[in-house]
Amino acid sequence: MPTIQDIATYAESSAKKLGIVKYDVYGSSVDETSVQVDKGDPKQVKASNRSSVIVRVWNPDGKVGVTSTSDVDPLGMDLALKTAQEASAFGVDDHIPDFSPEAVAPTADVQVETVPPAPVGDLVSTLIDVEKQLLAAHPAIASVPYNGLAQRAIDRFYLNSAGALRQEARSYTSLYLYSKTEQEGRKPRSAGAMRVNRGLPLLDIEGCLKEATEKTISHLDYDKVASGKYRVVFSGEAFLSLLGAFSNMYNAQSILDNRSLSTADSLGTVVASPLLSVYDDALHPENVSAETFDGEGTPTRRVPIIEQGVLTQFLHSAGTAKRMGATPTGHASIGAKVSVSPSYYQVLPGAEASSEFNLETAENVIFIDDLQALHAGVNALQGSFSLPFDGWLVNGGSRTSIESATVAGDFRELLKAIVHVEPEAEITPGGLCPRIWVDALSITGEG
Amino acid sequence: MTVAPFPTPLLKTNDLLQRDYAAPRDRFDSAWEATLSTLLGLGRAAGADFVEFFLERNNYISCQAEDDAITSLSPRLVTGAGVRVFLGKADCYVSTNDLTFNGLKAALDKALAIMGLTLPGPHTNLAEINLELLRDYATAKGKDAWLSQCSSMQEMGDVLLAANGALGQKASHVQSRRAVYFRDWQEVLVAASDGTFARDIRLTQSVGYNLLCADGEHRSSIGQRAGDTSDPAFLRNWDYATAAADVAESAGKMLYADYVESGSYPVIMANKFGGVIFHEACGHLLETTQIERGTTPFIDKKGQKIAHENLTAWDEGISPDAFGTIDMDDEGMPAQRTLLIENGVLKNFLSDRAGSMRTGHPRTGSGRRQGFTYAAASRMRNTYIAPGDYSVEELFASVEKGIYCKQMGGGSVGPTGQFNFAVSEAYLIENGQITKPLKGATLIGEATEIMDKISMCSNDLDLAAGFCGSISGSIYVTVGQPHLKVDSITVGGR
Repeated sequence: MPTIQDIATYAESSAKKLGIVKYDVYGSSVDETSVQVDKGDPKQVKASNRSSVIVRVWNPDGKVGVTSTSDVDPLGMDLALKTAQEASAFGVDDHIPDFSPEAVAPTADVQVETVPPAPVGDLVSTLIDVEKQLLAAHPAIASVPYNGLAQRAIDRFYLNSAGALRQEARSYTSLYLYSKTEQEGRKPRSAGAMRVNRGLPLLDIEGCLKEATEKTISHLDYDKVASGKYRVVFSGEAFLSLLGAFSNMYNAQSILDNRSLSTADSLGTVVASPLLSVYDDALHPENVSAETFDGEGTPTRRVPIIEQGVLTQFLHSAGTAKRMGATPTGHASIGAKVSVSPSYYQVLPGAEASSEFNLETAENVIFIDDLQALHAGVNALQGSFSLPFDGWLVNGGSRTSIESATVAGDFRELLKAIVHVEPEAEITPGGLCPRIWVDALSITGEG
Repeated sequence: MTVAPFPTPLLKTNDLLQRDYAAPRDRFDSAWEATLSTLLGLGRAAGADFVEFFLERNNYISCQAEDDAITSLSPRLVTGAGVRVFLGKADCYVSTNDLTFNGLKAALDKALAIMGLTLPGPHTNLAEINLELLRDYATAKGKDAWLSQCSSMQEMGDVLLAANGALGQKASHVQSRRAVYFRDWQEVLVAASDGTFARDIRLTQSVGYNLLCADGEHRSSIGQRAGDTSDPAFLRNWDYATAAADVAESAGKMLYADYVESGSYPVIMANKFGGVIFHEACGHLLETTQIERGTTPFIDKKGQKIAHENLTAWDEGISPDAFGTIDMDDEGMPAQRTLLIENGVLKNFLSDRAGSMRTGHPRTGSGRRQGFTYAAASRMRNTYIAPGDYSVEELFASVEKGIYCKQMGGGSVGPTGQFNFAVSEAYLIENGQITKPLKGATLIGEATEIMDKISMCSNDLDLAAGFCGSISGSIYVTVGQPHLKVDSITVGGR
């Protein structure tokens, strides 16, 4: 595979040949391996080594055209630039994207350890051993139908014709275990766990195994739940998945597109209970995928989104920041239309609370561990959701798994109905978040 | 007298360096035979039981109009290959962007190494694989010119702007309107150590609307798409005026809709995209991938009744123009029509090569993948419930109080057979009549239970384009059904 310097040279050479004066390139090279096992044997091993780049070209009229390609040799770069040049004739006339004013600004001095990839044999033997332990943990655990151990090394870069050139390397290893139970006369139950870290030696395998085991066993004793309004406790992961599904609320591009639950005037308004404060912090030390610059080369940073219930700041690209008189926040991905997305959430922990908000003592509350099918059950433009979930009915510390149910509501009402934020945050792949208590959500039980 | 040594007719591995294995990167045809037969021979000589190469070239473009401007025109060019190596029932898949002989050999070497095998040494006799005469569906069916016959960038922009203008005229309380189009042109070449050598070109296009309306706190959002797999003129022939009228009408009705009251109801599912219920609740569970994992309740039910006797269902890849139609699957097997359920009895599973090897169910031309970074897996194509004998009116007349699900959102099925899917446009049925619009409904249930509750099928089968995400990536599929009645289903709401 060509190096980033090679790609920069190819781009410069092709641009010169095609008469292109202004361009930028964002790209990455990925080397990854993943394994799955089935009852003690390797089932499938996958490996991939690939590169891809997105090029943007400004034509003499100042309009932009874009092309992405996986062919990063001189021929491929030439074709990509030529195609982007052709597409630039149809670029937007208003609010034309430009280089980020911060594309050459210093990035955070973050030292991120990259871990050399483990031999495939180590991945396979590790996963076989983990599967064996999970199957042995309880007689009802009959299989681990979904499992995987994967490692990935990524080199990413941004460069432009004005001289910007950034690059960084990262490595990740992830483990997921999803086990299934079988008991005579009972319905099969399933649950899982996942861990991510920078390399196999750093991965919390024991923690993942323990969580998958405990969760699976906790769903053996299941029952239907009566439909009605309940006080609901979201796990950190469940709350973050819901927050992410409604991120148009603080996404400047969505707001400018009129496809948001907010408007430009929403800054400074109360959108949630004063108990809730949310930040986005790509550089948080717990974020194993911490990136120091975004797709436009803008340095990433910590951004306060909601502080004590008040909408404080939107997430921006260079273009949205310019249009809204703000500063880019390092959340852009380049493309034919620059998009904006969050990096790593941090929901601030709350305070200790009375027994009313303690899962060991609370009565008749629903504890939602995992929300499912968000792609189908969330209407992000209406603010509504109706989602199946894994969870328990909790009474005085006793948990009964819920056989099959949905939780439904309006996300804006949910944020205002938060009655407690627990004092200890969970570390999840998507961010840090404590358990969040919400009043009066609709639960529909099956049957 | 001296006798010159008789030149061996066998290829030796150390001869590979002297051979010219250059094959054209801009076309997959029989010029690739020497390269691939040699690489396959290397894989077999290393001890692999089976080796397969999948080569892909992809020319994709998407275009989006927002309100009265083109805001995105996005071409993407992709080239890559994957090699799959089987040893016993275990397999390994390695993908790469590098389509040179050495690049493909490196990918093969990596796959073999992962399986504990090594390429043969420098003086080994190498048996190249005898590939069949190239089965070229692209040339045989006149597809080579398809890409050049598709809409130009200029035409894409013109059509979408006109379409979005039409939507603006039809709809009221518009907050945002989008018209979106994509064209996915894909050339694939499959070569395998059993002699398979096949080429195809696929042209998948989709166009549609997404409309967001708002009036105070009331909001509605409606999306609609059409899809095609073989007509280069698809976009220029799009009847956007009719589509705009449909979308505007639906958004208008749903703008002031009440939220559905949760509970258990009889439900009438509309035809076309209503078929997502069968796709999620049953179709996925008939893929051999699910048998391998032990995640289907139908694992040992072949030949047994698993659904209401009024229900017959098919999966096929041969309907003209349908979104899931393929001339061959991504393992080079011709598409076929597969009877899944006949009068409630399970007849067949959908199987790819690995699934067939691991479960014993015969291959059905269902080995599909998003692209070269994925190994093929058993996946659906055009999947639908066959029409029944009832009229739509008879279905409605049989419901005293229930829900009419006119438009479905997406859905999913879990490892224990629990499914769910969202309803984007629903109406209350009272005494056989539609009385008011409802929103916020999610249908949940167990696959094994719901199939026996589909009691009435009307005679108006129709199909709709969809996207299906699973183990081998996102692929194009068709869902379909006639209007049908489910006697009772749990509806999640407020």
